[in-house]
Amino acid sequence: MDDFSIDKVVDTRGSLCPGPIMALIEAVKLADINTVIEFFFEDEQSVKDASLWINKVGNQLLVNETVDGYFRIVVKKVK
Amino acid sequence: MVTKIVIVGGGSAGTITANLLARNLYKNITSGKVIINLITDSPDHIYQPGYLYVVFDKARPEEITRKQKDLLDPHINLFIDPAVNIDRDNRVVVTKSGREFDYDYLVVATGSRIVPEDVPGLQEGSYWFYDMQSAIRLREALMNFNGGKIMISMGIPHKCPVAPLELTFMLYDFFKQKDMLNKVQLHYTYPINSVHVLEPVSNWAVREFERKGIKYDTFFNMEEIDPVKNVISSMEGDKFGYDMLITIPPHKGAQVIEDSGMGKNGWVPTDKKRLFNANYENVYVIGDTTDIPISKAGSTAHFQADVVAERLTSIISEGNTSIEYDGKVVCFLESGFDEATYIWFNYNTPPNPSPPSRMLHWMKLGYNRLYWLTARGIL
Repeated sequence: MDDFSIDKVVDTRGSLCPGPIMALIEAVKLADINTVIEFFFEDEQSVKDASLWINKVGNQLLVNETVDGYFRIVVKKVK
Repeated sequence: MVTKIVIVGGGSAGTITANLLARNLYKNITSGKVIINLITDSPDHIYQPGYLYVVFDKARPEEITRKQKDLLDPHINLFIDPAVNIDRDNRVVVTKSGREFDYDYLVVATGSRIVPEDVPGLQEGSYWFYDMQSAIRLREALMNFNGGKIMISMGIPHKCPVAPLELTFMLYDFFKQKDMLNKVQLHYTYPINSVHVLEPVSNWAVREFERKGIKYDTFFNMEEIDPVKNVISSMEGDKFGYDMLITIPPHKGAQVIEDSGMGKNGWVPTDKKRLFNANYENVYVIGDTTDIPISKAGSTAHFQADVVAERLTSIISEGNTSIEYDGKVVCFLESGFDEATYIWFNYNTPPNPSPPSRMLHWMKLGYNRLYWLTARGIL
């Protein structure tokens, strides 16, 4: 069980354009500091891209897991 | 009993929906059973993809502008009076003048707007082309540009996802025509780790960039512009100097959406297939206003307007409907002054760009003229 509470959920499954990574960046950009956001992706490449961006900007990747054939990540905005 | 339809917004989505409904429900309207009211904030209707052509002196402002009243079926009641509140529980729209419009069915097509003020320094340091005044200002700046580095950057979210590439390729041809390619460096940046959100388009564009010597960087999200030192900084920690900065500012939805508590940042939660607002099945949302993860583009608005007009017609005439939106989007993509490519996709089918050709460019130029038939609900 997660030891944090989710503030916002973004389900990018089925998004071709503007696409999952654009949705992730938009959500993180618009969030307040310390907001915890849960994302669902349907492809592994999006998870890799998301992790790359989160680390590049310096935010925290709290969860990166596979759930029922989909990918779930949880990000905490700290910057 | 009279059925009242109110459409808020006179852009592509609102105008096409109104005209299709007026045609479909002609007998109901002329017999007094249906009333269509369209509320908008401007007497003018602008073909927004035309701004790109204004920048390069390939269209005059009046060519891409029509009076809203001239585009609408005469059976539609037009009110140039901005909506300031939408009360979904009491089914009423209030306008700036204080007028109240009650409705049985509402179509929210309030669109999006640029918010350059959300990026420090952007208003002072950047050109853009997402409104007429700014497109003309950029046109004049390009005419007087003597050489140097032009940065092209964009905010998230922005409408018309192909516009950044079109602008870049047209800039290349603009300076090629002026024999200035040896004096100009084009530098394109993009928010994600490719040069376009659609992978096939990105793969094609990278090849074109490399062939044309256009520099590009990815994972670049504008954070701040220093308009004195001419430096743009990103969230990711990169900084680039420039001689001219052209951006697509970030967008938000209409203020009335936030003021009415309908959605954060002006985007309204919308059923992706049936296109109505969550918990309000008599409130349809189309075009840029939706929160559906799909391109904010005129083409999206057009195909969604077709669906909403058919749904409403069936519901009003027959009491039910099975019509749904499949996520269809079709876009031409100018790859310079002489050639264009073309993509279409939907929720389940990824795009596959055609090889650029002169024929597709001419089709795009032709559609720029034919758009007025689309707005009228004919094409």
